[in-house]
Amino acid sequence: MGQNVPDQAARPADASDDDVAGEAYFDAVIAQDSRIEPRDWMPAAYRKTLLRQVSQHAHSEIIGMQPEANWITRAPSLKRKSILMAKVQDEAGHGLYLYSAAETLGMSRDEMTEQLIAGKARYSSIFNYPTVSWADMGAIGWLVDGAAICNQVPLCRASYGPYGRAMVRICKEESFHQRQGFEILLELANGTPGQKQMAQDAINRWYAPSLMMFGPPDDDSPNSKQSMAWNIKRFSNDELRSRFVGMIAEQVKVLGLTLPDPEVRFNDETQKWEHGPLDWDEFKDVLAGRGPCNAQRMERRRAAHEDGAWVREAATAYQAKQAAKQRARMEVAA
Amino acid sequence: MIPTGSQPSQARVGSLAVGAPEQSASATRITPGNALRPEDIALAAARGAAKPSQDVAEYALRLGDDGLILAQRLGHWISRAPELEEDVALGNIGLDQLGHARSFLTYAGSAWGKTEDDLAYFRREHEFRSAHLFEQPNGDFAVTIARQFVASHYQFELYRRLVHSTDETLAAIAAKAVKEVDYHRDHSVQWVLRLAGGTDESRRRMIAGLALIWPYVGELFVDDALTARLGDAAVVPSTLRADFDAVTGAVLAEAELDVPAVPPAVGGGREGRHSEHLGPLLAEMQVLAREFPGASW
Repeated sequence: MGQNVPDQAARPADASDDDVAGEAYFDAVIAQDSRIEPRDWMPAAYRKTLLRQVSQHAHSEIIGMQPEANWITRAPSLKRKSILMAKVQDEAGHGLYLYSAAETLGMSRDEMTEQLIAGKARYSSIFNYPTVSWADMGAIGWLVDGAAICNQVPLCRASYGPYGRAMVRICKEESFHQRQGFEILLELANGTPGQKQMAQDAINRWYAPSLMMFGPPDDDSPNSKQSMAWNIKRFSNDELRSRFVGMIAEQVKVLGLTLPDPEVRFNDETQKWEHGPLDWDEFKDVLAGRGPCNAQRMERRRAAHEDGAWVREAATAYQAKQAAKQRARMEVAA
Repeated sequence: MIPTGSQPSQARVGSLAVGAPEQSASATRITPGNALRPEDIALAAARGAAKPSQDVAEYALRLGDDGLILAQRLGHWISRAPELEEDVALGNIGLDQLGHARSFLTYAGSAWGKTEDDLAYFRREHEFRSAHLFEQPNGDFAVTIARQFVASHYQFELYRRLVHSTDETLAAIAAKAVKEVDYHRDHSVQWVLRLAGGTDESRRRMIAGLALIWPYVGELFVDDALTARLGDAAVVPSTLRADFDAVTGAVLAEAELDVPAVPPAVGGGREGRHSEHLGPLLAEMQVLAREFPGASW
């Protein structure tokens, strides 16, 4: 239960009175910026919004394993291979926490997975871009995980308890991921001319898609207002995007590389970082399934799930048999 | 070499756990403070504190290559496993194997002025010393589990003896590795039991997987001139066989499976004679490093 919340009056048995009391409680929790927990009453729309957001986030972690897994077998040093394996494995772990958080809202991991492979659920569209060079491992860590951190740090305070707590752990690991990405790029930028070119090329390709990870501009983001009212979302898309641009504009100097956007600047009047126009038509295309790797990512996920079905069935059958044996032993003993 | 009083196996093959000398051992619970890092080994060798003899280096190369090739195979599973928990588990096991490989290869390379990466990325196929078991393709999940079952039991028996090596560095690497490999053993045993005792299909696949992998068991226990010369610095491979057979046999018996009656493969990995599988694996592993020789990453 949320903390610092006034005691609730005993709830009447009547369901609609229950809803009235529940809603009053929910509103009080939100007003006090406290936390809603799984057993608390919550509006159906709040539950639906969260379930969509948390499951999409989980799917993004799982699909997001693929572009990086693409380089595990080719990592150019054993140390890098080791770090990359650990990172991709972390993402599977993030997916697991997030599916668990989403399950508290009333949908099983199996159902969420079915929705994903049936194409009924979304995941972050950034993962529909291909990883064509080793430097992409750096750019994904620095830019994609960097953008994810900007988005996710405020989510640690999300009003839904399980989601906020999952985000705390995820953010810690993401910040390690971002550092290792930056380090990959730093090493390349200080390497041979070919390596430096590889790093610049990766930044050129991942810059705009990473900015679009924050979602559409505020005037075209219909759900943001309600999410902010519910204390799920704390800052607007454009606000977070501007902060991110400011962060990377400084960091890219350390790399001795450039952002592919001559319009990046700090606006003294608004006190905000600005960037050049983004291609939102491309964003919508990729979101609608017309990105470079959408079909490939979905196919891999589907293949892993379907090829693994016999293994999951075996585990379930084995467990049932063991339980039956256990019962039989207990009956004999009794 | 073998500690007195050691049982043929610490395995208490039950439905839940293969009894382990250290129940707390886990791939993810090795804290940085306890970890023996390849960087530390390289530093000690550079200071002249721990430089292996030619023979010890050759031996470390064998163990390092086993781990490296297995890690390369396991790495392919990440994002393709039957369930997310297995993406994590197989990833963890691969990471452990890679960690052992890095330590052994760093140590081996210090005899020849080479780094772990020189050895991993710039040797040719016939210069690799891994046994054929480790290069076997992943196959379906049952084949991977069969390979893990053999690999982890072999490595566990090996490392638990190698902790008594007269070579301090080999002993230290083994001391770290044995705890992790014990977890790998548990993981493979659980899956052998589940797949054998699950559905008809999983049982059929488990039997087929074991039959595919078992020909490569024999090579692991072949002695040669190097292991004879090394004496108490190494472990004589044939001395592991009885314990390996006892422990794996007990698990297979519990799973109501027979030890596959298949003829052994010819082997030859320790002399650099490999199957058709190693070439493509190395081509993929080495391609980027070879595109930029001398580069740092």
